[in-house]
Amino acid sequence: MSKKITIEPVTRVEGHGKVTIHLDENNNVDYTRLHIVEFRGFERFLQGRPYWEAPVLVQRLCGICPVSHHLAAAKALDVIVGAGTGDGLTPTGEKMRRLMHYGQIFQSHSLHFFHLASPDLLFGVDADPAIRNIIGVALQHKDLAVQGVMMRKFGQEIIRATAGKKIHGTGAIPGGINKHLSRAEKESFINGADPLNIDKMVEWSQEALVFFKDYYVKNKSFIDNFAAFPSSHMSLVRKDGAMDLYHGVLRAVDADGNKILDDVDYQDYENYIEEEVRPWTYMKFPYLKHLGAKQGWYRVGPLARLNTCDFIPTPLAQAELEEFRTLNNGKPNPHCLHYHYARLIEILHAAEVMRDLLHDPDLLEGERVVKGQKTHRGVGVIEAPRGTLFHHYEINDHDQVTLANLIVSTTNNNEPMNRSVNQVAHSWMDGHPEITEPMMNAVEIAIRAYDPCLSCATHALGQMPLEISLYDAKENLIDIKRT
Amino acid sequence: MKKAEQITFEIDGQTCYAWPGQSILDAARDNGIYIPSLCHVEGLKPAGSCRICNVKVNGRNITACTAPVSEGMIVENDTTKLNELRKTIIEVLFVSGNHFCPACEKSGNCELQALAYKYQMMAPRFPYEFPDKGVEARSPLLFHDRNRCILCKRCVRGIRKDGKAVFAYSGRGGENLHIEMDLELAAQLSDEEAQAAMDICPVGAIIKKEQGYQTPIGARKYDQVPIGSDLIKSEEQDF
Repeated sequence: MSKKITIEPVTRVEGHGKVTIHLDENNNVDYTRLHIVEFRGFERFLQGRPYWEAPVLVQRLCGICPVSHHLAAAKALDVIVGAGTGDGLTPTGEKMRRLMHYGQIFQSHSLHFFHLASPDLLFGVDADPAIRNIIGVALQHKDLAVQGVMMRKFGQEIIRATAGKKIHGTGAIPGGINKHLSRAEKESFINGADPLNIDKMVEWSQEALVFFKDYYVKNKSFIDNFAAFPSSHMSLVRKDGAMDLYHGVLRAVDADGNKILDDVDYQDYENYIEEEVRPWTYMKFPYLKHLGAKQGWYRVGPLARLNTCDFIPTPLAQAELEEFRTLNNGKPNPHCLHYHYARLIEILHAAEVMRDLLHDPDLLEGERVVKGQKTHRGVGVIEAPRGTLFHHYEINDHDQVTLANLIVSTTNNNEPMNRSVNQVAHSWMDGHPEITEPMMNAVEIAIRAYDPCLSCATHALGQMPLEISLYDAKENLIDIKRT
Repeated sequence: MKKAEQITFEIDGQTCYAWPGQSILDAARDNGIYIPSLCHVEGLKPAGSCRICNVKVNGRNITACTAPVSEGMIVENDTTKLNELRKTIIEVLFVSGNHFCPACEKSGNCELQALAYKYQMMAPRFPYEFPDKGVEARSPLLFHDRNRCILCKRCVRGIRKDGKAVFAYSGRGGENLHIEMDLELAAQLSDEEAQAAMDICPVGAIIKKEQGYQTPIGARKYDQVPIGSDLIKSEEQDF
C-alpha cells in the first residue's frame, strides 16, 4: 500500500512551506518533497518602476534580512549608474554599507541561533513544544536568552544607524550611501554602557561558541549525523580567497574540496548558474551549469562559506575556523547541524569586522556617492545571512526596470534542504510510518539549520505550526493532525 | 496685535485678525492656527479641490482656502466632527491611488502621508481602487506616476515653462481623469525647474529622476514633527 503523508505548515513569515512524505508499499519512505507554495511576484512588479526604487522596494521581500536585499539591489544599481562592481564606491560609501551588512549578519544570525535554533539544542528534539521555544530558553537559561536578545538588538542598532531604520531602511542608494555615522552613534557603539557596546558583543560571541562546542562534545553523534550528507558548496570569497560577506568573486568547491568554480565575476553569473523548474513547487533549483542539474547543485550559507574560503580575515574567527576545519580533516564539512557552528563563527567574525569599522574615520565624513557612465544592466551579489543572494536588473533608456531576476539564498539551498528533509524522513519513518511530534520537529530542525524563514522552520511560541495529512494509496485523506 | 485696517473674527473661540479679502486659511496661519490643506500652495490661486481644509461657518461647511474672512465670522476648525471628515477625505485619497508608502521616495516628505499620521488613519474603510493610469517615464528629468496623483492641480497651476503649463488635466468625464505631462515642455525644464515640479507635488506623483532617497530617514520633513507643527502662535508675531 502506498501512502502520502503531508506535513503542512499553515502560518507565519516569509514562506509557507509544506513537506510531503511519500511511502512505498513496504511502509518505507519512498521520496520526500519540500514544497514552497507561495508566489511573491516581486520580479514582475518591479518592471516599469524607476530603477532607484529597487533597493527600497525589493527589501520588502523579507522582514528578517531586508538589508541583504537592500544591499544586493544597491550593488546591482552601482553598476547601472557607473559606480563600478562593488569596489568602485568611495571609502565612506563602501564602509558604511559594510557596517550595515555585518550588523545585519550579526543580528540575523543571533535571531537564527538563539531565538529559533537553541531551544532544540537545549531541550532536545522530543521535548514538550510548550517549553521548546525562546520563552522556555528565557525561563531556564536566562543568561543565554538575554545575550541572544541583546546581540540582536546591537545588530539592529547598527542597521538603524547606517540604514535609517532597524527594518526596511533607505541607507544604500545607487552609487553609495545617504548618510554618515554620527560621532554620537560611533561613541555609543564603542563605549556604550554594558552590554550594548562592541567589546561586549565580541566577548558574548566567543561565549556563544564556548556554549556550542560544549554542547557538541556532549552530543557529538547527534550533531554530526543529523541529516548529514556530502555536497558541493558555493559562496563569494574575496579575490585573495578570504571570507568576505559583502563583495568578492564566486567560488564553489566539491565534496572533496576541489574548486569547481573559482574567481568568477558575478556579472557573468548567467554563464555559470542555471535554474531548474520542477512542476510541484514554485521554488526553482539552481545548479552549476557545467556540471548539470544532477551534479551541479550546491549548498550556500555559513557552512558553505566556511568550506569555500581560504581564511577568515579577523584573528578570533580565524582561530575558530582552524579548529572547525580539524573536524573533517580539512575537507568540506558535510554536517547539516554544523551550519549552526559555522553561524556562530560568523557571528564572531561579524563582531570583529564591526569593531574594526567603528574605529574607521571614513564613516564619519567623506564623499558618500559616486557615479559614472550609466549602463543598462547590473548584477549585485552579496552573502546574505542564509547564503549567496543574486539580484540582476536591466533598465531601458527611460530609467525603468525592464527585467529583475532574483536568486535568493533559500532558493540556492533548495536541493540540500530537500535532501536534508529526506534524510530525516528515512531515519525516523522507515518501517515506522507514523507521524510523531518529535519526527515533525526533526523535519523542522533540518530546515531550520539552513533557514528560519520558512514557516515550518520557525517556532511558534509553544505551538508548532504544522498540519499533517495522511493519505492512502488512492489519495484519500485518512487522517489529519494539527499540533 | 490688531492693526487698524484688520477685521476681527474667531476660530474655535480664539479671537483672530485678518486683512480684508484674506482667506480663512491664510488668516488662520497668520494667527498661528493650523488648518490642514493639500491642494493649496501659498502664492497660487486657491483651487478648493481637495476639501481637506473645510471648516464650519454659520453651520455650513466651506473650504477655508477659498472663503474670505468677514468681520465677526465664527469659524469652527479643530472639532471632532471636522477632523473625522478630514480623515475620511484622506482615506478616500489613499484608496483612490496606489499609495505604497514603503517604497515611495516621497515617504517622510509626503503631505498626504503626514496628514494620515496627523489624523491617525488606520486601515482604510473603503475598498482600494488600484487604478492603472500608467506612468510617464520618457521625460529626461521627471518620472510621472499618475497612480499616485491626487488631482490637486498644484503642478497644473504652479509649473510653467515660458508661460505655458507643463501639466494639464486629461481624460475628463470618466474614471481615467488624470494629469498629463507635456513631454516637449518638460524636456525644456532646467534642473531647478524640475526640482520645483517635484517639490510642488504634495505626494510622490512627480519625481525628479535618479536622486531618490537621498535624505536619510530621520532627517525628512515630517520625521520628527507632525505636519502643521510650524504654526505655533507667537504673541510677538507681527501680522
